[in-house]
Amino acid sequence: MDLSAINPVLLVASLMVAATPLLLAAVGELVVEKAGVLNLGVEGMMIVGAISGFAISVETGSPLVGLVAAMIGGAVLSLLFAFLTQVALANQVASGLALTLFGLGLSALMGQSYVGIKPPAMARLDIPVLSDLPVIGPILFSHDPVLYIGIALTAGVWALLKYSRAGLILRAVGESHDAAHALGYNVIRVRVLAIMFGGACAGLGGAYISLIRVPQWTEGMTAGIGWIALALVVFASWKPWRVLLGAYLFGGINVLQLNLQAAGIAIPVEYLAMSPYLITILVLVIMSADKSRAPASLGRTFHASQ
Amino acid sequence: MISLEKRPMPSRTLSMATPIIAVIITMIAGGLLFVVLGKNPFEAIRTIFWDPLLGEYAFYYRPQLLVKAAPLVLIAIGLSLGFKAGIWNIGAEGQYIIGALCGAGVGLAFYPTESILIFPAMILAGALGGWAWAMIPALLKVKFGTNEILVSLMLVYVAEQLLASMSLGLLKNPEGMGFPGSRNLNDYPSANSWINEAAGLHWGMAFAFIAVIFAYVLLNRHILGFNIRLTGEAPRAARFSGVNPTRLILFCLGTSGALAGLAGLFEVSGPSGQVSIDFNIGYGFTAIIVAFLGRLHPVGILLAGLLMALTYIGGEIAQGNLGLPSAAIQVFQGMLLFFLLALDLLTNFRIRFAARGTA
Amino acid sequence: MTAKLLSISGLTKAYPGVVANDNVSFDIGESEVHALLGENGAGKSTLVKMIYGLVKPDSGTMTWKGQPFTPAEPKAARAAGVAMVFQHFSLFDALKVSENVALGMENPPPMGDLARRIRRVSETYGLPLDPNRVVGDLSAGERQRVEIIRCLLQDPKLLIMDEPTSVLTPQEVEILFKTLNKLKAEGTSILYISHKLEEIRTLCDHATILRLGKNVGECVPAETSAREMAELMVGDTLQTPTRTTDKTGEVVLDVSGLSLEPSNPFGTRLKNIHFTVRAGEILGLGGVAGNGQDELLAALSGETLTWKDAIKVNGKEVANLGPNARRRMGILAAPEERLGHAAAPDMSLTENALLTGAIREKLTAKGFVNWSATTTFAEKVIKAFDVRTPGPHVAARALSGGNLQKFVIGREVLQRPEVLIVNQPTWGVDAAAAAAIRQALLDLAAQGAAIVVISQDLDELMEISDRFGALNEGRLSDIRPAAGLTIDEIGLMMGGAHGMEVAHVGEDA
Repeated sequence: MDLSAINPVLLVASLMVAATPLLLAAVGELVVEKAGVLNLGVEGMMIVGAISGFAISVETGSPLVGLVAAMIGGAVLSLLFAFLTQVALANQVASGLALTLFGLGLSALMGQSYVGIKPPAMARLDIPVLSDLPVIGPILFSHDPVLYIGIALTAGVWALLKYSRAGLILRAVGESHDAAHALGYNVIRVRVLAIMFGGACAGLGGAYISLIRVPQWTEGMTAGIGWIALALVVFASWKPWRVLLGAYLFGGINVLQLNLQAAGIAIPVEYLAMSPYLITILVLVIMSADKSRAPASLGRTFHASQ
Repeated sequence: MISLEKRPMPSRTLSMATPIIAVIITMIAGGLLFVVLGKNPFEAIRTIFWDPLLGEYAFYYRPQLLVKAAPLVLIAIGLSLGFKAGIWNIGAEGQYIIGALCGAGVGLAFYPTESILIFPAMILAGALGGWAWAMIPALLKVKFGTNEILVSLMLVYVAEQLLASMSLGLLKNPEGMGFPGSRNLNDYPSANSWINEAAGLHWGMAFAFIAVIFAYVLLNRHILGFNIRLTGEAPRAARFSGVNPTRLILFCLGTSGALAGLAGLFEVSGPSGQVSIDFNIGYGFTAIIVAFLGRLHPVGILLAGLLMALTYIGGEIAQGNLGLPSAAIQVFQGMLLFFLLALDLLTNFRIRFAARGTA
Repeated sequence: MTAKLLSISGLTKAYPGVVANDNVSFDIGESEVHALLGENGAGKSTLVKMIYGLVKPDSGTMTWKGQPFTPAEPKAARAAGVAMVFQHFSLFDALKVSENVALGMENPPPMGDLARRIRRVSETYGLPLDPNRVVGDLSAGERQRVEIIRCLLQDPKLLIMDEPTSVLTPQEVEILFKTLNKLKAEGTSILYISHKLEEIRTLCDHATILRLGKNVGECVPAETSAREMAELMVGDTLQTPTRTTDKTGEVVLDVSGLSLEPSNPFGTRLKNIHFTVRAGEILGLGGVAGNGQDELLAALSGETLTWKDAIKVNGKEVANLGPNARRRMGILAAPEERLGHAAAPDMSLTENALLTGAIREKLTAKGFVNWSATTTFAEKVIKAFDVRTPGPHVAARALSGGNLQKFVIGREVLQRPEVLIVNQPTWGVDAAAAAAIRQALLDLAAQGAAIVVISQDLDELMEISDRFGALNEGRLSDIRPAAGLTIDEIGLMMGGAHGMEVAHVGEDA
C-alpha cells in the first residue's frame, strides 16, 4: 500500500471531473421534479446521451458537435417519457423504469460498432497565467469547458427558480397542478419542457462520461450514476447549490476509492467499488427525515377534467 | 380535436386486450427496427416467435422456454404484489444474486457430503438471502421513510460487487486452476435443482407454479390481498380501513425478495450451475417488464413470462442465424413495455376525436 | 339598474352523461351584486368557468360591454377585467403570499413593489395580510383574503366569488360583505355564487336561480322570501328531518385532554380537547375548514393513535387502538373525503363494503373473504339508503357525489354503531340526499347511538344537533345546548373575526 502516491491536488481536480456528469444529470432532474414530475429514466437518458455523443463526435471528429448531439439524444428519449406520462397519463414510476430499460438496450445496440474506439479529444480550457498557478491552477483553471458549464448551469437554474417568472410558474405547477390549471397555466406544456430540459442535461452528463471522463464507449458505462443523480436531488432537498455540493461529495468519494484501489490498500477492490452506492443509501437515510421540501404534486398524474 | 374522457369504470375487456395489442404493435415496430439493422423483418420475427415453438429444432428449444420463464415468473409474481400496493422494489436483480450466493454457499459448504437434506437447506438459504436483502430497503422505508426505489436499486450494484468478490474469493473453486467461479453444482448431485435435466425440468418451475397459485388466491380470496390492492389504489382509504402500512411494506418487499432469492438459487444450482461473475443475466430487471405485461395479474404474469422467455430464446437463435445483435432483443423488450404503458390509457379513458358538439 | 356589463345568452355546455348548463341566459349590470343561486350540481361552477375562460361553451354567446366575449383562456378573461375568487384549488401552499398573488396577475410588478401594493390594498379593504408569509400556514379565512387581494390588484370590472362564506365565521362574513359593498360603491360588479339564501337576501341586488343546469327563475332577493327562493332552487318542498325521541342515556364517548401533533407540515395541532357524548345524543361540531376537523376525525376513528386514556368508550381506553380494534367495539367513522378516503374510487361497491364492514359484518373467515356475503351486505346498503346505481359491481367513482355519500354513511349506519363519527356528511350533496342522510343520523341516535357530526354547514348542525361546539385553531369551544343559540354566539364560539377589521369605507382606495 502506498498512500503517498495520492496527490491531493490531482485528487481535488479529478473529483471535479468525476462530479460533473452527476451534477449535470441531477440539476436537470431537479428542474423536472420542481415541475412535479418524477422521471426515473435518468440512467437511460444518460447512457443514450453517452453513445449519441460518442458516435456523433467520432463520425464528425468534433467533440462539440457530439455534446450537442448528446443533449438532443437525451431530450428526444425524454420525449417518450413525456408522451407516456403527460399525454397517455401512464404511471411515472413505471414509465421511468421503462425509459431506463429501453435506453440501456438502445445504447447497447447503437454502440456496437464503437467499442474500442478513441473519440476525438476535448480541448482543455487552459487559461494563461491562471492555470499555471500552483495548486489553484490545476484545481480551478485547467479543466474542460463542460465542467464550467455544469457550474454555470447550477447557478442559472438557481437564479431561474428563485427570481424569474418562468421559475415561479414552474414551481407553481409542481406545487399544485390543479391550482396552476385553474389560473390558466398550461400544466402539460410546462412539464413537457421541463422533462426535455432534464433529458438534455442527462444526455450531456452521459456524453461527459464517454467523451471526456473515460473517454471510450463500453456498454452500461454509466453504472448507476443516473440513479445516484436521483438520490442526489433528494439529498439536496431540491436546492441547486446543494446538488453541486452533493455531486462534489460523491465525486470525491468515487475518486478517493479509485485512488485507494490504485494505491493497493488492503481492502478488496470490490468493497471499495461498492462504497459510492452504500454511501448513497446512507445519505438517503439521513435526508429522508425531512420530506417537507419535496414539490407537493411530485409524481402525481395531471388530467384537466371538466 | 382529440379529448380524453375518463370512463366511469375501467374496461375489463381492454385491460385484457391491451397486452395483446401491445405485443402486435411491438412486432411491427420491432420489424421496422430490424429493417434499419438491415435484416429481413419477417424472417427475424419468425425466427424469434415461431421457430422456438414450432420450427424444425423446436424440440430442443421448447424445454428452454420453461427454463427461462421460471425465474422471470417467480420474480415477477413477487414484484407484482408490491407494485399493486405502490411499493416499488426494483432491486430484484440484487436479491436474485444474494439468494444465489446464500443458496450456493450452503450447498458448497457441505461439499462433497451427499444428503437429501442439502438441497432443501439451500432453498431455505436462497429464500432467506433474498428476503434479507429486500429487508434492507423495507426496514429503511419503515423506520426512516427512505425511498425504496433508490435503495433497492443501489443494492443491486452492491450485490454485483459482492458476487464478484465471492466468485473470486470465498466461493472460488479450489480445484478450478485459478479460474474465477465456484464449483459446478451440476456435478454435485445433492445440490442441484434439476428434476430431469434432459427434459429441462427443475424445481424452480414447480415453485413458479406454486407462486402463481399462491398469488392468485391471495389477491382474490384473502383479506391481505385485498389490503394490498386497496393500498395501491387509495392509500388513505387503506389507512382508514385499518391496514397497517408498515406490515404491508415488510410483507410485500419480503415476499418479493424471497421469491427473487429462490429464483437465483434455482438458477445457480441448475441452468447456470456455478457462481460466476456474470451468471446473472438481468432476469431481475426483465421481470419488471413481465410483471407489467401480465398486468400484475398472476395468470397474466405466467403468460407474459413465457412470452418474454420466447423473446430471449428467439433472440439467441436470431443472433446465431441472422446475426441480430443481442441488444436488439433488449430494445424489443423495452419497446413492449412502452407500448403497453401507452395503451393502458385506453382501459381508463375513452378517446374522442369528435369536434366540439354535444355529447 | 345601470348599463349592462355582461350579458349571457343561451349558454350550453354538456359533459358525457350530463348537461351542466342548458340554454342559460341572464345579465349582470354595472355596479350590481348578482347572485347565482343553486344546489350542488346545478351547474353554477361550470357557468362561471365559462365566464373565466376555463371551459368553452358548446353553444351560446356572451357579450361584455356590448362586445362579443369569448375568452379562450383565463388570461383573456383577466385582461377584459374578470377576476375570480375560487372555492378550492387556486393557492399554492408552499409559496409565499406575494408569489401567489403574482401568479394570478398578467404583468406583476417586481416583488418589492408587489409586497407594498399588497399591504396597501389589504389595509384599504380591511383584509390584513403579510405578503411574506407562506400560504400553507394561513387560516382558511386568510387564504381567502389572498385570493380577494389577488383579484383586487387587477382592478376588476367583474369579481366572481364562488361560495366565499363557506370558509368564514359569521363575524367574518359581515366584514366581507362590507368590503363587497365598498367595491360595489366603487363601480365593481360582483357575481356571487351561493346556496345560502339569507346571505343573498342581505347582499345581492339580483338573483338568477339554476336547477339541473337550467335557468329556472330570476328575482330581486330583497323582495322575495327565502322560502320562495328555496322552492325555486330545489324544485319541490323538502321534508325537514323529524326526530322521534329526545331521550339520552349514559355517557358513551368521553374525550379528555386530547392533544395531537399534525402529521403533515400544514396540518393543525389538536390542543387539549374535552367533550362527552351520551347514548342517543348528537353532538354537532362546527368550525371553519382547516381548524382540526380532519385531525379530530382521524384521532376518533383510529387512523392516528395517541395516549390511550385520551379517548374512552363505555369506560374503556381506546385512543391507542387502530381502526379495526375500534370497529370491534362499535366505534365507526365516515371521513369527509369520499373518493380516496372513505371509499376507493376504482374499486367496486362490494369491495368498498368490505373496506369497513369486514369485522362487524363477519365478512372474512381466517382471513379469507366471503365475497357472496360481502355482495349481500353491499346490496343491503344500496337498498336501505336508496343508492342509485346499476348494482354493487359498479366502481365507486362512477356514482354521483350524493349517491356515494349515501353509500358511505349507510355502510356505517347499517353496522349498528355504538359511536359514530362523521365529517361533513352532506358536503357537495344534493338537497334530497342531504335530507335522507340527516334523517338516518337522527334515526340512529333515536336507537341509542352516540353520534358526533363534524360539519361546516351551521344550518345542518342546528337542525340535527342536541349540543353544539366549535373547533378553532385546534381548540374546541365549550359545548352548549344547540337550541336557542344565536348566530352571534355561534360565531364567537368559532373564533369571531380572526383579527379582521372592517373595511375603511369612505377612505381613498
